[in-house]
Order: sequence, then C-alpha cells, then structure tokens
Amino acid sequence: MSESVLDAGTQAAIEVDQSKGNFSYPESHKFDAGRGLSPATIDYICDVKDDAEWVRELRHRALKTFESKPMPTHWATEDLNNIDFDIIRYYLSDGTKPTRSWDEVPDDIKETFERLGIPEQERAFLAGVEAQYDSEAAYSNVKEELEKDGVIFVNSTEGLKEYEDIFRPWFGKVIPAGDNKFSALNTAVFSGGSFIYVPKGLKVKHPLQAYFRINSENFGQFERTLIICDEGSELTYLEGCTAPKFETATLHSAVVELVAMKDAKLQYITVQNWSDNVFNLVTKRGVAHENAEVRWIDCNIGSRLTMKYPGVVMKGRKARGEVISIALANSGQHQDTGAKMIHAADETTSNVVSKSISVGEGRSTYRGQVHIPKHLKGCRNNTECDALLINTNSRTDTYPAITVKGNQHATQHEASVSQVSEEMLFYLQQRGLSEGAAMSLAVNGFVNDLVREFPMEYSVELKRLIELEMEGSVG
Amino acid sequence: MSLIIKNLHAAIDGNPILKGLSLEIPAGEVHAIMGPNGSGKSTLSKVVAGHDDYEVTEGSVTMDGENLLELEIDERSRAGLFLAFQYPAEVPGVTMANFIRAALQARLPEGEELDAVSYYKNLYEKMDQLGIDRQFTSRFVNEGFSGGEKKRNEVLQMMMLEPSYCLMDETDSGLDIDALKVVADGVNSMRSPDRGFLVITHYQRLLDYIEPDHVHVLADGQIVRSGTKELARELENKGYDFLKEELEVAG
Repeated sequence: MSESVLDAGTQAAIEVDQSKGNFSYPESHKFDAGRGLSPATIDYICDVKDDAEWVRELRHRALKTFESKPMPTHWATEDLNNIDFDIIRYYLSDGTKPTRSWDEVPDDIKETFERLGIPEQERAFLAGVEAQYDSEAAYSNVKEELEKDGVIFVNSTEGLKEYEDIFRPWFGKVIPAGDNKFSALNTAVFSGGSFIYVPKGLKVKHPLQAYFRINSENFGQFERTLIICDEGSELTYLEGCTAPKFETATLHSAVVELVAMKDAKLQYITVQNWSDNVFNLVTKRGVAHENAEVRWIDCNIGSRLTMKYPGVVMKGRKARGEVISIALANSGQHQDTGAKMIHAADETTSNVVSKSISVGEGRSTYRGQVHIPKHLKGCRNNTECDALLINTNSRTDTYPAITVKGNQHATQHEASVSQVSEEMLFYLQQRGLSEGAAMSLAVNGFVNDLVREFPMEYSVELKRLIELEMEGSVG
Repeated sequence: MSLIIKNLHAAIDGNPILKGLSLEIPAGEVHAIMGPNGSGKSTLSKVVAGHDDYEVTEGSVTMDGENLLELEIDERSRAGLFLAFQYPAEVPGVTMANFIRAALQARLPEGEELDAVSYYKNLYEKMDQLGIDRQFTSRFVNEGFSGGEKKRNEVLQMMMLEPSYCLMDETDSGLDIDALKVVADGVNSMRSPDRGFLVITHYQRLLDYIEPDHVHVLADGQIVRSGTKELARELENKGYDFLKEELEVAG
C-alpha cells in the first residue's frame, strides 16, 4: 500500500505481510497420531515422545477430565459446538529433533521461516529463538552467553525430561488440568512450547522469542509453556503467531504458566495473527510472589474465535499484575478476551487496560474478573476497557466482574465505546488518505498508547497488521 | 485553469440546500462568499469536497477540466482540492506530525517514501511562520485544541499540502485579531498565479486581511450578488437584511 503511517525510525524495520502466512508445504509427517482422541492417542504421543510414566498418567487423567467437562456454552459462544474433536489430528511430527544451527534446519521448513522473516528478526535483536513448526521445535538457539548464565530455554518434552527437578514442581500448578475443558485437553495432548528457567538475580537483557505456526490441516496445536523467573530475575518473552489459511477449522489450544518468584519481573508479549478459521482457546496465568511483577501484553488479530483471559495470581505481598490487551475482530471473527486478577496478599496491585476494535460483522467481548477478598489490606485495581466500533453492524460486550470485599482497597473501573465517526473519516480522506488508510490511521490512533508498550519491531508489525486488516475491511 | 461550479443543486435527506449555484474561481484569484446563516455556505464546501451526506441532483463541478463529482473524497484531495474545515474533527491518538506526514505520503507514488528530514524542516518552517509551538507536532489531531489552534492547524495543513484550490470555511470564526492576522498572513503567503481560493465567511473582518478579487453573496442556495470587495463593506454596513428585502421584491 502506498499510505504509510509509520514513524521515522521504523521505516527500515521489518515489513510483515499477512499473505506471507497464507501458504503451506506438502506434509511429510513421520509421526501422526491420526484423527480423533482416545486413550490410544495419548499412548501414541507418550511413546513417540518417550514420556516419563508420571507424564503418561497425567495425560490420561487429563483426558478423562476433558471428556467429563461440558463445553462452557452456558456463558461462552455456541460456536464452540462447531469444533469437531473427532476429525482433529492431535499429534504430528516429522521426527526431526530440535536443531541448534540454522544450517541443520530442513529446507522447506527453512523456507517457511524465511518467508515469515524469522532469521532477520533473530539477527535484529533476539537473544534466542525457539520456532515451532507443527509439534516440535525445528529450530532452537539460545545464545551461548545465556546458557553460560544458566538460562534454560527448551521445549516442553526436553524440559520435563532433562530438567524435571526444575519444572515438575510448577508444571500444572499454576493452571491445573481441571481448570477448564481446554486446559484439560492441552494437558492430555500437549507437545512443543517453551520451558524457560531464569536463575536468581539474572536480568535477561534481550527478549526471548518463539514463533508458532500451524502447517497441517485439521491439526490442533497444543503447545505448553512454562516460564520460571527465580528470585530477583527479569525476563521478557515474545510470542508471535501466524498460520496458513485452510478451508476447515483448525484448533489451537495452548496453556501458558508463568512463575515470578520474589522480586522477579516477567513480561509475556503476544502478537497473534491467526487465519480466520482457527479456534484459539488459550489459558494463560501467572503467579507473582512477594514484590514480583507479571505482565501480559496481548494482541489478538484474526482467528474465528479467540477465548483468552490472561490472569495473574498475586500471591505475595506487594506483588503486581498487569494485562494490556488489544483485540481486533473483523467480519467473521469473535474476540472473546479479558483478564483475571486474583489478589491473594496485602498491598497487591493490578492494572488492566483493554482495547477492542470491531469491524464489519466482527464481534468483541471483554470479560474481566477482579477478586479481592475481605481479609486483605491495601489492594488496588485499575480496569480500563475501551471499545472502538467501525460500523453499525459491529458488536461489543463488556462483562466486568469485580468482587471486592472489605473497605481497605481501591478499585477503579472505566469503560468507553467510541466510533470512527463519519466526520473523522471525511476529514482524513479530505487530506488525501484513502478510506482504508484513514481507518487504519484512526485505529492505530485508538491503540497508540498500548502499542508503545510493545518492543519497537513488534509495534511496527502490529501497526502493519492493523493496516492490512483495515485495508481488507473496506471495499 | 479554474474551479468551475455550474448550476449546482444539492440536497441532504431530500431537502434541497443548493439551488442552482454557479461560480468560477480562476487560478490566481481569491473569491469570497458571504451570506447569512443557513444560506448554504458550508454545504457548498462539503459538496465540492465530496461529503457523502449530500446528494448532487444537478449541475457540475470541474477543477482544471477534471470532473470532480466523479472522484472520491481522497481523489479530489490528491487532485489538488483542499478544504479548511470550520469544525475540524479530532483524531485521538494520532499525532499532528504523523497525520500531516500520512497526508503527504498519500501523494507519493507507491514505493516512494517521504524524506523525514526535509519533511520536518518544511513543517517547522511553516509552523514558525504561523507562530505554532514545536510541541504541537506531538499533540493529537485537534484534540484539546482551542478554536484558534484549530484554525491555525488547518492553515498549516494547507501550507504543507500546497493545493491548487483552497476552500476555507469560516476560517475566521473563533479567532482573535492577532490570530486572524497570522492566519491571513499565512494565506496571503500562499497566493500565487497557480492557486485559487474560495473564502467563506460570515463577517467582512477577514476580508480586511485577505483581500478578495471578487465577493459573492449566497442566499437560499444561490449566488444573488457578485461584486468587488466593496460589496463586502456594504454588507457589513447594511447587514444581510437589505438583501432579503431585495430578494423579496424581486420574488
């Protein structure tokens, strides 16, 4: 497109083209668990991955939990009933082991990554990359200095096998299998994802990053991430998602658990751009111990249905939790997002800022939960939800649930709904911007203060994604 | 080279507002349109710029031979038409610098990027000329602007985009006399043989500073009188009532 609203310094940065995600290579999977889900599927996955016995048992128990839990359609959208669990393939892998050097990555996978621009990004500023191609990490590279410092950055299989003593105590503790139907599903069939441990006092300067892609039709991706920041350490983790477009629905159901020990700071950033047939049902939660901070910065673009409510359990005194989210729902998409802030200690502070954009028939829902029990003192929450409607067909709903007991707390809730008005568009167009460019400028303005929270190259990517979405949404 | 409006009829929600308006603004000239409230002054500028609310039922508008009515709003802009708004819209979260930059970028061929250094140099020069503070570049478009700031901002954009024809809708309203002078100086500095102006105003005051070549009086959707700047003074002295009387007599 000819119109550009990017800042001076960002022109040289990466260009992300959504059409880049719209391709796939012939599948050649060595390991394929077949369609549908049964105890045999679980055993197949365990056998291929050579899981420990306790993992196998955990998976089987989780499968039972998944089967026993009803679909949450009493509060969530009926569209969930359109997921056909019997035609989904729960495990696919070409059997390649994660490789450390770029040269060892198979050519077609490499080409996929190159089209997505990953190597450039790594060169640009990333300290380590764990890119996921279908189930297994095909390429992982943690810079030597980080390894020397004792940072562990591996996939879930390796994490549970090689570093059981570190990860097992927290695995499934922040988000138990039975938390909800989809966390149970993930626990039953998880593969891939990142397991990270940052040792005491280490402040990781550069963000760690993982790219996730879904490359096989009807293939559910169930990555599992667990990040532990030990006392006084700091980490920023970036997660970006693109998926090729397929005719039939694809399921993505991840579980991400974060643990910030005393005085640690952990920031988890997601820019998600799923194709519009993906069901994206993700459970994300962090625990912040004394004086620790967990921040979720979450941007949801694309997918048919996204349900995601990142949460923070503030378990120690003076712990802080934050969720900053941007959701863009275009026609045919439903972004059902929000935040859960569970205050479980005195003087804990939480902040939620949510901005949603609904375009055409797109639908955005905000669900927030803030819980402050009576026996606590000096807790604070600030919640801000702003919705932008691009035309009259758009729909936005806000369901804030704030449970505050006791009178020694401060909470604040603000919500607004605004529109890209006809007068604003007329003004922008009179200055020579096309309708699409005018919309994307207005939308970028709406999310501007949040976009600043993203690292620069992500904010560029984000603006670019918004431009592409807005471009596609007008004739 | 002219902006030519011929027998223009336009309606909003089926109510006719412009009823056969004709006007020719040759490049190099400044024309002023005066008229009482409700005469159709603002409608004229919006119709020429292409606002969707108005339906053109008859007549034509051409700019240097090009049929404007067939062009989209943004195409008219890029073809060289500028409207300085009476009530410019706010665009929250978008800085003035990015906004003007996007407008300039929209005028470049695909693949060509605006040179940031010369852009800022040019922008600061024009801001200095209009007495606009440097911090202005990082403020959000029209958000929290005073009436005077909004009008200066419109003129700044006009100076940056260098249009061929400028429609100025009540640019004097809300300005104190000092601001009025600054704005008028800005407009006067843009006067050139290649550029035409249509200055819409309720008061003669602005025309003391931006001297028009022709003055037209708009009433009930038509030009009822045309003359020199003396006509503006006459209106100022006698008010619009005498026109009504004349019209009633004529009717």
